[in-house]
Amino acid sequence: MSSAASKKIRLATVWLSGCSGCHMSFLDLDEKLLELHEHIQLVHGPLVDRKDFPSDVDLVLVEGAVNNEDQLEMAALLRKGSRVVVALGDCAVMGNVPAMRNGFHAGNLLEAVYAPEGEKEPPGRDSRGEVPMLLPAALPLHAVIPVDVFLPGCPPDARTIGAALTSLLKGERVVLGEGMCRFG
Amino acid sequence: MALVTLTIDNRKVSAEEGQNLLQVIREQGIDMPTLCHLDGLSERGGCRLCVVEEEGSSKLLASCVTAVRENMRVTTGSDRLFRYRRMLVELLFAERNHVCSVCVMNRRCELQSLALRFGVDHLRYDPLYPRLSTDVSHEKYALDHNRCVLCARCVRVCDEVEGVHTLDMMGRGVSCRVIADLNQPWATSRTCTNCGKCVQVCPTGAMYIKETFSAHGEKRPDLPKRIRDGREKHTWGG
Repeated sequence: MSSAASKKIRLATVWLSGCSGCHMSFLDLDEKLLELHEHIQLVHGPLVDRKDFPSDVDLVLVEGAVNNEDQLEMAALLRKGSRVVVALGDCAVMGNVPAMRNGFHAGNLLEAVYAPEGEKEPPGRDSRGEVPMLLPAALPLHAVIPVDVFLPGCPPDARTIGAALTSLLKGERVVLGEGMCRFG
Repeated sequence: MALVTLTIDNRKVSAEEGQNLLQVIREQGIDMPTLCHLDGLSERGGCRLCVVEEEGSSKLLASCVTAVRENMRVTTGSDRLFRYRRMLVELLFAERNHVCSVCVMNRRCELQSLALRFGVDHLRYDPLYPRLSTDVSHEKYALDHNRCVLCARCVRVCDEVEGVHTLDMMGRGVSCRVIADLNQPWATSRTCTNCGKCVQVCPTGAMYIKETFSAHGEKRPDLPKRIRDGREKHTWGG
């Protein structure tokens, strides 16, 4: 790795239970992405062809609620490997749409949706199965790991993500402008 | 009418004896947050957002249900009050299922605006995720208990302005619900006049006009005051 590259901020993004809208909003930074590229190295995420989560990440943006056992494991992993964890968007911040199932029993829900006739074992109900086991409730990220920065919104708009990244890249505290920090 | 002198945020203010403290505070141009208060309806003191500190008392006063008194000294905006108000907003979010992104009142909701105002960027309390129903039996309107903050504006406008008292509250604490008549499907109510004032004063998306798209709800919280002014003072201002 060249010395210039090693000085770059190592950024990762993670996609848990969300619709990818927050990642889309990140891409909506458009030409600002080119400026960001001067300062960051994207080391993990849906936009990077790499399976494992690296251990020396400076900043990670996490989209989505924690909904199953794999995501719970991923949350612990990303916390361990990253200096600053950002909950990106309403699902990561407060559960949002994935948490609308929380008033229902997870097992019954899986059965009603995937095995309505009761003829087969629904996926996601057995930890030994191929599909990761559904947690009893979809949780906001801060319910399972300490979170450093919250960026609510469904999705947070590009300008909010841009403002937060600008502060974070400078190592400053994130202070969002008027109207930027809102649910929905 | 006798006048009293009091101090609000270190400012000497005179007001009519017995006047509502919230009203006096607002006359001073202070932007006091409220949720259950609505001009034109009786006061309830339910949401506690309008609490103030009174010198010499450790108790916080809900200004909407406090009458002004001679020589009282009140503070409307300390750090402590800000912290409590923020806490109240977070607890309202945690008590029911407020999913702004799919709500008819997204971006026009008073609860959502309060979260924005108090910098609520996540909830420090575990949400209860109660399983609540939505009454869609009425031909024109829906009542979604998931989004209700129990401000009782609907109950009061139904009783005090429309004069039919179809809506009321049942149960206590987290089991509290807005009900129609004797807790029956709204459509079967014999007293409801279908006027829709309840929908117009609801601060959230708990009551809405059916078939309204997400984020397309519009409310008219100014109606109770306008109607009462017309009725009682014969003024029909906009």
